Amino acid sequence: MARIEAEVGKPQGGLMKWIDDRFPFTKTLEHHVTKYYASKNFNWWYVFGVLAFVVLAIQLLTGIFLTMNYKPSADEAFASVEYIMRDVEWGWLIRYMHSTGASFFFIVVYLHMFRAMLYGSYKKPRELIWIIGMLILLVLMAEAFAGYLLPWGQMSYWGAQVIISLFGAIPVIGDGLVEFIRGDYSISDITLNRFFALHVIVLPLALIGLVFVHIVALHEVGSNNPDGIDIKKHKGPDGVPLDGIAFHPYHTSKDLVAIVVFLMVFSAVVFFAPEMGGYFLEHANFEPANVSATPEHIAPVWYFTPYYSILRAVPDKFWGFVLFAASVLMPMFLPWLDRSRVRSIRYRGWMYKTALSIFVVTFLALLWLGLQPAEGIYVLLARIFSVLYFAFFLLMPYYTARDKTKPVPDRVVYHD
Amino acid sequence: MTEDDLDSNRRHFLAVATAVTGAVGVGAALVPFLSSLKPSARAQALGAPVQVSLAAMQPGEMVRVIWRGRLVFVLRRNETMLATLGAVAGELRDPNSEVVEQQPDYAANETRSVKPEYLVVEGSCTHLGCAPLEDFEPRAVEGWPGGFFCPCHGSKFDFAGRVFKGVPAPTNLRVPPHRFVRDDMILIGQDTGAA
Amino acid sequence: MIKVRQFGSALVLCACFMAPQAMAAGGGGHLEPADIDPDNVASLQRGARNYMNYCSGCHSAEYVRFNTIGKQLELSEEQLIDNLMFNAEKTFETIRSSMPTKDAERWFGQAPPDLSLMARARGADYIYNFLKGFYVSEKSPTGVDNLVLAGTSMPHVLWELQGYQEARFEDHRNEDGSVTSEFKGFELLSAGSMDPNVYDEFVRDTTNFLAFIAEPIRQDRRTIGVWVLIYLVVFLIIARMLKKQIWKDVE
Repeated sequence: MARIEAEVGKPQGGLMKWIDDRFPFTKTLEHHVTKYYASKNFNWWYVFGVLAFVVLAIQLLTGIFLTMNYKPSADEAFASVEYIMRDVEWGWLIRYMHSTGASFFFIVVYLHMFRAMLYGSYKKPRELIWIIGMLILLVLMAEAFAGYLLPWGQMSYWGAQVIISLFGAIPVIGDGLVEFIRGDYSISDITLNRFFALHVIVLPLALIGLVFVHIVALHEVGSNNPDGIDIKKHKGPDGVPLDGIAFHPYHTSKDLVAIVVFLMVFSAVVFFAPEMGGYFLEHANFEPANVSATPEHIAPVWYFTPYYSILRAVPDKFWGFVLFAASVLMPMFLPWLDRSRVRSIRYRGWMYKTALSIFVVTFLALLWLGLQPAEGIYVLLARIFSVLYFAFFLLMPYYTARDKTKPVPDRVVYHD
Repeated sequence: MTEDDLDSNRRHFLAVATAVTGAVGVGAALVPFLSSLKPSARAQALGAPVQVSLAAMQPGEMVRVIWRGRLVFVLRRNETMLATLGAVAGELRDPNSEVVEQQPDYAANETRSVKPEYLVVEGSCTHLGCAPLEDFEPRAVEGWPGGFFCPCHGSKFDFAGRVFKGVPAPTNLRVPPHRFVRDDMILIGQDTGAA
Repeated sequence: MIKVRQFGSALVLCACFMAPQAMAAGGGGHLEPADIDPDNVASLQRGARNYMNYCSGCHSAEYVRFNTIGKQLELSEEQLIDNLMFNAEKTFETIRSSMPTKDAERWFGQAPPDLSLMARARGADYIYNFLKGFYVSEKSPTGVDNLVLAGTSMPHVLWELQGYQEARFEDHRNEDGSVTSEFKGFELLSAGSMDPNVYDEFVRDTTNFLAFIAEPIRQDRRTIGVWVLIYLVVFLIIARMLKKQIWKDVE
């Protein structure tokens, strides 16, 4: 009896203990932060995960404040954005942060993915992390697409018109599906209203959930490193990997530097070039949506153009759609396409290095071509680069298996 | 002091410096977000002062005006109404308008008005914001001298918007800023240059 | 040092995505640069006056409030009321056009567009060249066409100032037999009240004003941006020192 009283009545070890007995607070903190050991030889390619998290936070915060003044109706949407830009105190800053954040989200995520390709981070045992990551990218694309309709400018309207029409290429169900997405016979107030719901509730929730799972999965198997070595093979007497250092304070202090550098680049755009020459905010979107006039030159926002180029390169509606979808989904299969014995590019042979270099050029070329009118030499170039894009993935089992690899060291390479 | 101690001091100092600088940044970043919640330029435009013409008003007549989305009573008091003001003073909670937030200085007088004839008060009960009703007919049986009556929780106010004792409303009805543009024209919401 | 260089290459990669694109020209080929000076308050004030005198009869700027103009253009309330607010009473009102939309549609086939955002949608150069690009054309119901926006339904409102000009085209036979006509320059038919270079300044001031109302906070954001960057540089220095100190004992 007395013993029970002591346990119930007097918290031992203060508030922290009281909480820890009821919720794994300290345990969670240790598992994910203070006793999460990641390789000490991370280079700057490893900051983009944290930066993606920072952009997500910026988008959620600014998004909430935009929602307070935005009106999801065809009659009022365009005017409400201008209302935010002019009448709401500091509204312009919140809006520019959100529009700039959208582009930076993709810059950061693409670089984050490129890091994984450099160091084989998608390879066993991290296949699931990569697949969840790809799902995050897909949701992010849907989120960006839905968000782009909301200002209800000319580009919003006609961009959505083109992309939604894409689904009409699917045999049998295509036309029905297009109407189902729009909820009307054309893009209308109804479409805008449901895209708003998707953009502010459904997709952000999915995004947050996936990001959570992405991190939990990562912390289960542990982070990869630029050498592609399993640091858990060599543990000290205390069970801590010899090449690992705690996420906090080591990696956090390093990430903080990266975050500040990122914020400098981000602020430079927000304050000095929010339109980014028409790439981040397209000029035609400063005209309200007009059903009776398509802008002369319509291109999706830059982060969609690599896939859009592939779509346009195919002279057939159905196959264009198929290859477009395939180009988006292709990276999902990387863990099984890559047959190399090593993870990191540091120990791979010339074949993968060449292939990856060509792929980078291909991706950037397709991105650029998607912003150009589809005529003359551009069409030919788009076709060549489309072939190269798919070749990188489809030939991968062949060239990665045959590539001559260098011996992987036992411990990570770290220069002070 | 050993080198380790020096290092740990320096580290502690830098950690604090980083935290403080970061906190300053977060604090500054909060300003735009919180400011964006203030009334916007459009709200300010819509909340601009409103003009009320008094030309057609008869003594004893009252008009309701909306200013900033809020109800405002403009009452032209007749002789009988004005006569009650001194008589009821003993039954009031704040007969001399001593609660300064409830009226501008120029209305902190016996009639709570710029000109004794015209009362301008917000039609919002100081209890919980209901709109009081006009109950101008005196009823000798009940001892009611006439004034305003709030239907929500029974608060009572006299012809100067002053609250009676023993009701839930704590203070007198609020007098909004206003001024006479002309003798027969009143501007509600602005009092610069007013007496 | 190696790390820094690698990070640098990452930034270069970012920069590849961001190479500035030329403003989309709305036809008419080459546009003369408008060469406006957004910091020149006097120019903006003249532009505001030009706009209210010559444009606001038909074109609204429905998102722009007079008090915003007053604040940025250093005009007092009296100056605003006396010089700019011809059909408005209160300084917080927005710029409306004097012409009812229905009449406009009957007269011109379409309502004159709102000009709040024209400079952002088409670019300052476009407006500058458009206002200088009217030339006599017998085919058009208004008697003029425009080099920048062919087939425009807008009449040459500024003819009294600029006068009427003729556009010279030269036909050019292509290899496949088709004919393209190339613009060779303007020729003044009848002089207006302004010298051509005075008219240029008039148009430049007006363009400057239109660019200003398209984004009135432009100057503010640049000023604030400088302070934000200064703060971040300080933060970066401290954060880097902390990082180095913490990483000191990592072998």
